[in-house]
Amino acid sequence: MKNIFAVAGVVIKELYRRKDFYVLFIVTILICLVMASVNIFNDSKIARYLKEICLLLVWISSLVIAVTTTARQIPAERENRTLLPLLAKPITRMQLVFGKFLGCWVACGLTLLCFYIFFGALSATREHQWPVLNYFQAGVMQWFMLGIVVAMSLLGSLVFAAPSSNSTICFIVIGGILFVGRHLDQVATSMHEPLRAVVNALYYIVPHLEFYDLRDLIIHNWPLIEWKYILLALLYATAYIATFLLGACLVFRRKPVN
Amino acid sequence: MNSPRTIVLLLIALLVFCFGVAAHLTPQFQTWRGSRAGGDIFNVVLGDSRRMFAQSFFVKADAYYHSGYYPTMFDNKEAFQTQHMAADTGAVSDKNHGDEESFLGPTRNWIDAFGRHFFPDRHTHLDEGGAGGDLSGSENVREILPWLKLSANLDPDNPQAYTVTAFWLRERMHRTAEAEAFLHEGLRNNPDSYDILFELGRLYYEGYHDAQRARNVWELAVRKWLALAPEDQKENKLIFEQITTRLAQLEADAGNVPRAIDWYHAAQKVSLTPDAIQQRIDELSKKISAKQP
Repeated sequence: MKNIFAVAGVVIKELYRRKDFYVLFIVTILICLVMASVNIFNDSKIARYLKEICLLLVWISSLVIAVTTTARQIPAERENRTLLPLLAKPITRMQLVFGKFLGCWVACGLTLLCFYIFFGALSATREHQWPVLNYFQAGVMQWFMLGIVVAMSLLGSLVFAAPSSNSTICFIVIGGILFVGRHLDQVATSMHEPLRAVVNALYYIVPHLEFYDLRDLIIHNWPLIEWKYILLALLYATAYIATFLLGACLVFRRKPVN
Repeated sequence: MNSPRTIVLLLIALLVFCFGVAAHLTPQFQTWRGSRAGGDIFNVVLGDSRRMFAQSFFVKADAYYHSGYYPTMFDNKEAFQTQHMAADTGAVSDKNHGDEESFLGPTRNWIDAFGRHFFPDRHTHLDEGGAGGDLSGSENVREILPWLKLSANLDPDNPQAYTVTAFWLRERMHRTAEAEAFLHEGLRNNPDSYDILFELGRLYYEGYHDAQRARNVWELAVRKWLALAPEDQKENKLIFEQITTRLAQLEADAGNVPRAIDWYHAAQKVSLTPDAIQQRIDELSKKISAKQP
């Protein structure tokens, strides 16, 4: 575990040395402040459009940070020729993969925390309430969704040739799941065999990231989701994270380090 | 030939030529119908596609009216053909049928069943309290306004964006002055819109209790509607019925009973429920005969 934490620590330090997060965070703040300054029929209590824009930016920013940070981890180590000395130390390939995953996931969690604090403050200025538990549910769900994304990108970084191609493919897959993942079975019904069977199989195989998108519930002030469903969703995410990490370990085991 | 003096003179000549061409073309460009230079930013950037975005934001406002419980392109949209926020104003004919409560249908599989716990799953309207169900929170309907305003900005030729916005501003938020200003903006963009005139009349009559201005505006709306082609009149009967029955009510309140009966007769010609209007006419006729010695 010590080795895993050591690798994770380096990844987290890398995140706060890079400018990605700061740029995205400042852009989010600026866009939200500009949108908040718009006068809509002299009513200063209108909040939901602002919450929607802010949450959309939080989602986009966190996905960009998760995918781009993860996609370059192992390829960068290989390119800089630091992978071989790293593995020469008493650290296994599996520990390296787990360490990289943990570092990226915790880094995503830290960025999410900053984003949600800003979001909470912004919405409190309009709605004069702070539904902490609702934000906690939304934040934790999004963090676990990012866990799946990080694990998937890590596996992709070992399969695809370059970080850029891995990032692009990951963004397409994530976007596809978020937009049509919920309706893939309905799409399949209008198709002919064997395509129908393929799409139906995809529906059951892909991780349903849309479960973790609680934006509508937060924007429109819906009550809390029952905790047992949150717990089940987190278990579902953990299963996919484990699957992707296992896949990454298996691929990395046979991968040449040079 | 290549002396600095020649180059400078050439540059000056080119500048003079450019200035002359620009001065010659600018007035022509400004009077050209295809010019976008005089339009607003949306017109310049989006062109005619802005109407599509405007419609999409109008639907977005209706999704907000339902606190996010809204069908996607994959769901059954029969109960959402006409936006509920527009139908609830009473000035738009409602084409909805089917069950608005359960457009999702029965659960299809365990993934669908599990996924339904993570998005809005109950049909509510913001003016009736929304997701919280708190009836005192009907002012929450304000949340649809940004999207309606954006829709009106993108497509200023759509009168419905103005009338729906003005209705909710006046009815639930009690911002009559803002509603009036928005309707006047709509009227500037759509001078022949009987919908906007109808809503403006309602604002004068119900908001300011100014019967004279309401009468003038509604009578103008009737004239605008009568100027429509017969096919267009057939498609817009509801608004004519609404205008004429309001005028009849106004005249009845003012004591002009014969005039009120005339308006009811006009409404009866286009109404889907002529018997109910006949009943009202009979009541007013009795009033007249009771007054006569």
